[in-house]
Amino acid sequence: MSELLTTPLHRTHVSMRARMVPFSGWDMPVQYATILEEVDTVRQRAGMFDVSHMGRLFVSGTGAGKFVSRVFSSDVTKLRRGRAKYGVTCNEEGGIIDDNIVYRLGEDRYLYVPNAGNREAVSSWLHRWAPSDGSVEIDDASDRLAMIAIQGPSARELFAKVAGDALEKIRPFRIAPVDIDGEAVLVARTGYTGEDGYEIMPSVETVVSIWNSLLKCGIAPCGLASRDLLRLEAAFLLHGNDMDTSVNPYEAGLDKFIDVDRDDYIPGEALRRIRDEGADRKLVGFEMVGRGIARHGYDITDGTNKIGEVTSGSVSFTLDKNIGLGYVPTDFSKLDTKLWIQIRRRSVEAVVRPLPFYSRRAS
Amino acid sequence: MNYPDDLKYTKEHEWLRVESETTVVVGITEYAADELGDVVFVELPDAGTEVSAMGVFGEIESVKAVSELYSPISGKVVERNEELDDTPELVNDSAYGEGWMIRVELSDTSQLDGLMSAADYQEFLGTL
Repeated sequence: MSELLTTPLHRTHVSMRARMVPFSGWDMPVQYATILEEVDTVRQRAGMFDVSHMGRLFVSGTGAGKFVSRVFSSDVTKLRRGRAKYGVTCNEEGGIIDDNIVYRLGEDRYLYVPNAGNREAVSSWLHRWAPSDGSVEIDDASDRLAMIAIQGPSARELFAKVAGDALEKIRPFRIAPVDIDGEAVLVARTGYTGEDGYEIMPSVETVVSIWNSLLKCGIAPCGLASRDLLRLEAAFLLHGNDMDTSVNPYEAGLDKFIDVDRDDYIPGEALRRIRDEGADRKLVGFEMVGRGIARHGYDITDGTNKIGEVTSGSVSFTLDKNIGLGYVPTDFSKLDTKLWIQIRRRSVEAVVRPLPFYSRRAS
Repeated sequence: MNYPDDLKYTKEHEWLRVESETTVVVGITEYAADELGDVVFVELPDAGTEVSAMGVFGEIESVKAVSELYSPISGKVVERNEELDDTPELVNDSAYGEGWMIRVELSDTSQLDGLMSAADYQEFLGTL
């Protein structure tokens, strides 16, 4: 196996005694405290995560908006400046290469954020379709900029101690540069935990000092394990677990994030056909009725025969339930349908529940 | 972390306490509990179940992973810790006390000789 990649905060994590694990080719902190403590911190107060292993691709030029709209699941030229949009990048057959947030930074400037494990796949997909007439430039800034996610109901109040009043104008799903210690840092009001919060992109030179400032403000460092549980409670899908190129957005329940009726949209034809024919299987959320925890790869049965597989599953500390996601035939996707999860030697009852499992109280 | 001198240990990170000539109590070490993280599920055999040395006697599950539990000795389970059904976190909070797992009646007392002392176990941990 090749050497693991490290983020600019790697030495900080190691010196702070975080437990490190390999993730998508990166040596990342999996835990600072216990998973239970970290989940609680993010749900009650504020935690921060090093997400520098994700990608940051700037797409600019007079043809940028039209080009991004061809590969991304919505027309980003309709997006107003300083706004973000969640969606998917699909191949020509409609299979999901990655899920992404695209930010419109300026008239002809966009930021495309791929998952850690899909940086190469997304980058090469974009390069494959980029026009060669010089109207679009793709600038991979992943190694120049770091990324920290600050999440939790107190994220705004605590982060304001570092970022100042400029934070006020950044409403949910917006992005703007904010002056932090003399550097214009991109600050987005987005996240992956189901809580209010920010994703900030400082330069690799300043990220350690910003991380330390955030620590001093009382924002607790957290690891990937709690992040994975937080996102599952909020029913955010994890590419590589809950979806991949063998899955289309209709099966994954992402219908509302995709606009397929566009002539230039590369997977448009395939996705329109899938939409019209209807998906054979669907991603569902389920809650365990019997004792046991579903895990990625476990079989879902109708009590006798295998009908699908679990893609994510865990105990949920926030809800005090055992929850999971998985694909089942469309007939089994209705709420309250009884399913059985094969947990090693035991078959344990579960029931289809509405998603998300957790949503924060309106503030 | 703490490894009491009055216990015996295995390379699979189980501990064993000799209660009488013939009965022992089995659990997992603080090292194992810490490696697993928050324990959320423990599956233990019912009284009457025969367990064998190095055989799997149950499962322990944390948020991160599922692990099998290996019996340090052969014998018959006389009691399982039912508290762990509803409060598996006792394994994290009190690995050598309330987080105990099974009480076993030994089939042969000489089998205790092959287990590690606290000092041996800590030396073994140093090699990991």
